[in-house]
Amino acid sequence: MEEKLILFKNRKRFGIEKNIDIIFKNTTLVLSSLVAIVLFGIILVVFFQSFESFSRYGLNFLVTSEWNPVKDEYGAFTAIYGTLVTSLLSLLITIPLGVGTAIFITEDFVPKFVREIVGSFVELLAAIPSVVLGLWAIFVMEPFFREFFVFLHKFFGWIPLFSSEPAGRNSLLAIIILVVMLLPIVTSIARDSLNQVPKKLRNASYGIGASRWKTIFSVILPAALSGIMAGVLLALGRAMGETMAVTMIIGNSNVFSWSLLSPGYTISSMLANQFGEADGSQVSSLFYAAFVLMILSLVVNIFAQWLVKKFSLKY
Amino acid sequence: MNSLYYQKKLSRNVGDKFFTSLSVFCALIAILPLIFVVTYILIKGGAQITPELFTLEPNPPGDDLDAGGINPALIGTLVITTIASIIAIPVGVGGGIYLAEYSKGGPFSKFIRFGVNVLAGVPSIIAGVFIYALIVSTKILFGSMYSGFAGGMALSILMLPTVIKTTDEGLKLVPNELRYASLGIGASMYTTILKITLPTAFRSIATGVVLGIARAAGETAPLIFTALFSYYYIVGFEDLFYEMGSLAVLIYNFALEPYDAQNKLAWAASFILVISILTVNIFSRIFAAFTEKTKRV
Repeated sequence: MEEKLILFKNRKRFGIEKNIDIIFKNTTLVLSSLVAIVLFGIILVVFFQSFESFSRYGLNFLVTSEWNPVKDEYGAFTAIYGTLVTSLLSLLITIPLGVGTAIFITEDFVPKFVREIVGSFVELLAAIPSVVLGLWAIFVMEPFFREFFVFLHKFFGWIPLFSSEPAGRNSLLAIIILVVMLLPIVTSIARDSLNQVPKKLRNASYGIGASRWKTIFSVILPAALSGIMAGVLLALGRAMGETMAVTMIIGNSNVFSWSLLSPGYTISSMLANQFGEADGSQVSSLFYAAFVLMILSLVVNIFAQWLVKKFSLKY
Repeated sequence: MNSLYYQKKLSRNVGDKFFTSLSVFCALIAILPLIFVVTYILIKGGAQITPELFTLEPNPPGDDLDAGGINPALIGTLVITTIASIIAIPVGVGGGIYLAEYSKGGPFSKFIRFGVNVLAGVPSIIAGVFIYALIVSTKILFGSMYSGFAGGMALSILMLPTVIKTTDEGLKLVPNELRYASLGIGASMYTTILKITLPTAFRSIATGVVLGIARAAGETAPLIFTALFSYYYIVGFEDLFYEMGSLAVLIYNFALEPYDAQNKLAWAASFILVISILTVNIFSRIFAAFTEKTKRV
């Protein structure tokens, strides 16, 4: 008995090995908490840097559109309006396109390999860097749409959104390039949630005599709605924060205009344009604008995550 | 009496046809941009590819007809993404190991997973703003302001969520039997992770990390006021702490120049950037499909 116990004791781990185990565990713990530290760091740093501008202009910053470094007066209304309008309108175009494409990929209209090719093409589109899309937008897309914008202004000029002479670079071009960038996000998330709808729902619907599209509209899409909504919100967050392609094509003007055909501004393009050469209270105002952008995208993202948790499919 | 046959003109069949063609139309529109962008880059960028492109410095914009090459930007992109990877991969893999192997689904791990998703949604330019406030404006790095190192740090913030997520998900796919077997023969937890679970999940983690690196290589917004841009060759280690060019920022700067020579250089840089990113993406896709097939057998 005594001998056996000694044997057992001898086979216990050495102290050093135990320590390594504990050190390893704690290292990974620290590394994973770095995520939270970075996240809070970003929020705190941007908030404190914007404090000077915040205390001077308060919430007026959000509703005035004067941006004058010479007179030292700052208001970000044009940029905030531009951010909201470009992201919401581009999303409005992207949702039907993206969901339609996702339906095309998940239904069997065409052989499987064609659908797989379409699916991977759309996903590869997401891999193209936004600055390259911006370059393409400047030199290929803008000349292509020029005539169309003239037409749009001529015949729909009575609508405030098209009321100005089309400028070479304008908000509408930014919306179009945003559609190109959001399409892969909406499509791939909509496809995943459509794929998750159980087959028996579809079969039940076919079984009681519903046609294919009746089934899609009344059974499949409602069942996949929460996933699609979450994808749409993620795309909205991306659209608001998207910088390069928009900066290159939107025209970067701080003069407020309702018209989409005149140059505009978004918060992120304002940051991209001015941050490098700003000084004094302009820097603080830019940080304030960055803070607004961050809060907007945080709210959208957190809401999307909540939506996924709350309404995720339970079959 | 014909009710068992397919009737073309029945409203439900007409409606079905209409929506089917609508959906095909959507899919066509969705793949058009990729085809157009890639074609233009192949044509316009491919025409600019010369050996000098890879060896020369870009000339400052002006009336010079010759724009030079993109060597500093090419090397700069490699250097900056390497710095970002050196920071983000250990932190991300370590964090992912904690989430997948040690955490028991308590509030802490829930909070971290939530934080990872939120961090993934933070606009990329905010990462640049953060690093600007933290490093560039404080001159905390040996008194240097704009530097390649700061740019790499900004990119690492963008890579971090991707790396953690792929590690977490890759490790979760490893069957628990492997862990039990290893722990059962007396291996400690860290041996089990380093020798059994990580190697098993290596393929999926590596695929995700490589895709994350490819994504970071094309990011511009975090670099324009952290790494800035430079026209000069990168010669030594100390260049890390000065302004550093990158392909992405070169495309941004030169696309907005009014001179044709600079615009052409931007197309050439896009060609190199897009071809390498697409190659990485396509290969990892094939690789992932291949692993999935072998797993099923």
